[in-house]
Amino acid sequence: MLNIINASKTFQPGTPNQHTALDDLCLQLQNGEFVTVIGTNGAGKSTLFNAICGTFFLDKGAITLDETDITFLPEHKRALKIGRVFQDPMKGTAPDMTVRENLAIAYARTHRKALQTALRKQDIELFRTQLATFGMGLEDRMGTKVGLLSGGQRQAVSLLMCTIATPKLLLLDEHTAALDPAAAEKVMEITRQLVAQKKLTTLMITHNINQALQTGTRTIMMSGGKIILDIGEAERKGLTVPALLEMYAGRGASPLDTDRVLFAE
Amino acid sequence: MNVFTVSIQQGLLYTLLALGVYITFRILNTPDLTADGSYALGLAVSGVLSAQGHPLLGLLLAALAGVLAGCITGFLQTKAGIHPVLAGILTMFGLQSVNLFVMGAPNISLLNSPTVFSLVQKLLPGVPLPVLRMALPAVFAVVSILLLQWFFSTQLGLSIRATGSNEDMVRASSINVDAVKMVGFALGNGLVALTGALIAQYQGSADLNAGIGTVTIGLASLIIGEVICGRRGLFIGLVSALVGAVGYRLILGAALQLNVPAHAFKLLSAVIIGVALSLPALKKAYLFQKAKRGGGGHA
Ligand SMILES: Nc1ncnc2c1ncn2[C@@H]1O[C@H](COP(=O)(O)OP(=O)(O)OP(=O)(O)O)[C@@H](O)[C@H]1O
Ligand SMILES: [Mg+2]
Repeated sequence: MLNIINASKTFQPGTPNQHTALDDLCLQLQNGEFVTVIGTNGAGKSTLFNAICGTFFLDKGAITLDETDITFLPEHKRALKIGRVFQDPMKGTAPDMTVRENLAIAYARTHRKALQTALRKQDIELFRTQLATFGMGLEDRMGTKVGLLSGGQRQAVSLLMCTIATPKLLLLDEHTAALDPAAAEKVMEITRQLVAQKKLTTLMITHNINQALQTGTRTIMMSGGKIILDIGEAERKGLTVPALLEMYAGRGASPLDTDRVLFAE
Repeated sequence: MNVFTVSIQQGLLYTLLALGVYITFRILNTPDLTADGSYALGLAVSGVLSAQGHPLLGLLLAALAGVLAGCITGFLQTKAGIHPVLAGILTMFGLQSVNLFVMGAPNISLLNSPTVFSLVQKLLPGVPLPVLRMALPAVFAVVSILLLQWFFSTQLGLSIRATGSNEDMVRASSINVDAVKMVGFALGNGLVALTGALIAQYQGSADLNAGIGTVTIGLASLIIGEVICGRRGLFIGLVSALVGAVGYRLILGAALQLNVPAHAFKLLSAVIIGVALSLPALKKAYLFQKAKRGGGGHA
């Protein structure tokens, strides 16, 4: 379904700041897989997502999504099939517009007609029922400007915006990291619910290794722009954080931020 | 003619300018300095075609010319990656040559040429000219507001508004942000050019120098409108363009009554804009002082 072949990306080549953020990386995802991604700061996790979304083009390599070569497809065209939620709750929504207007823009990709009313009656009903399933009371705040919502509420809206027109691929980049624990748990619950309900193929970056091992079906670990560990469903069962850290140390990569790992229980 | 009446007539026409500026400055959230050029472009196209006996075609082509000018600014910003302010200045600067080329002279008189006003007068012989000169601009202003209100509720319109709020979100919704911006600039400058076109026919003359300061006038109108109406939602925003455009003309009219010499008008305009722009800050300072003096007295 998603196939990344020998992807390489070097930033500022030929300068002293030259940095290879993706190094001949290969990754294959099957339909419906939910893969968690871990790795130290600067390992290249977000860069991998940027490459998939088309924020920049690869120096080398190719990306296919659903049998289509998207290597040179512009960002907004890829967004038709890829949903992405960022760590920063400000990034995914337009703060000066209402909840329903934000949702309408996201949903319009299923029925693009420039001069058609953006907020059709049936759409508003759909938004309301979908928001109601989150149990956050957002269905009663559809006329509120998104900028006035809390971070957790904004992430919930972002999640719905990314999934309301069912994407082929969902990318979550530490999307609960900026939230307080209760809100983070709520947003994770909504995430699991949406992914299960729509059978979404998902990649989720997290710094919480426990969460990474318990969520989804497979875990990959990145370091230095490569995937250094790829743990499938069977192997992952019963794997503890210390055991993972041992596997990791065995690869001789830069030391993992163990404080963060251990405190993230 | 009564200064008061003339001010309102002109204010209604300048509503279109204020709406154009509202679209680029407020909705797209981008300073667009093309307006001086696109206003004069509209003036030139409308002037030349009216002089040749085609005032309506003049209005139509003037608006289209403005759309084109907006597209050029949009192109420079999005595809060529030029800073928005500089992109607008470049288009405006280049248009000065284009406008002179279109008109063939810095100014032309339309006193004996048909205009949209004289055409409508022929259709409605019973209506006195002063009424017509009020009613027609009012129709243009109100219809523009209603059309924009509709447009900004469509998918495309909503994308333009979202682009001014968070580009990334629009791109992530699989919308071509560059194209959306282009439409916004085209629409804004189309309205500005149409203002120039109408003013030429209203005044019975087209003077290219009249384009100077258009951005400033548009901004001043917009800010005055926002001071009066507040900044709440799209429809109020569109209406505040009308209120502000008329308000600005009334202030100038009042200055004229007070025998402020015409050559001081630019300074006066600058002062008005400066004051209007600093009003929100002044208000905040005032409320702060009040709260401080109140010292929690009403908690
Ligand atoms: N646009 C860019 N220009 C230059 N360098 C970049 C750019 N984007 C990323 N990098 C560099 O690439 C490396 C990988 O960054 P990336 O954001 O992918 O890390 P990450 O794994 O997401 O880390 P974190 O856990 O901190 O989010 C970093 O060293 C970063 O400085
Ligand atoms: Mg990152």
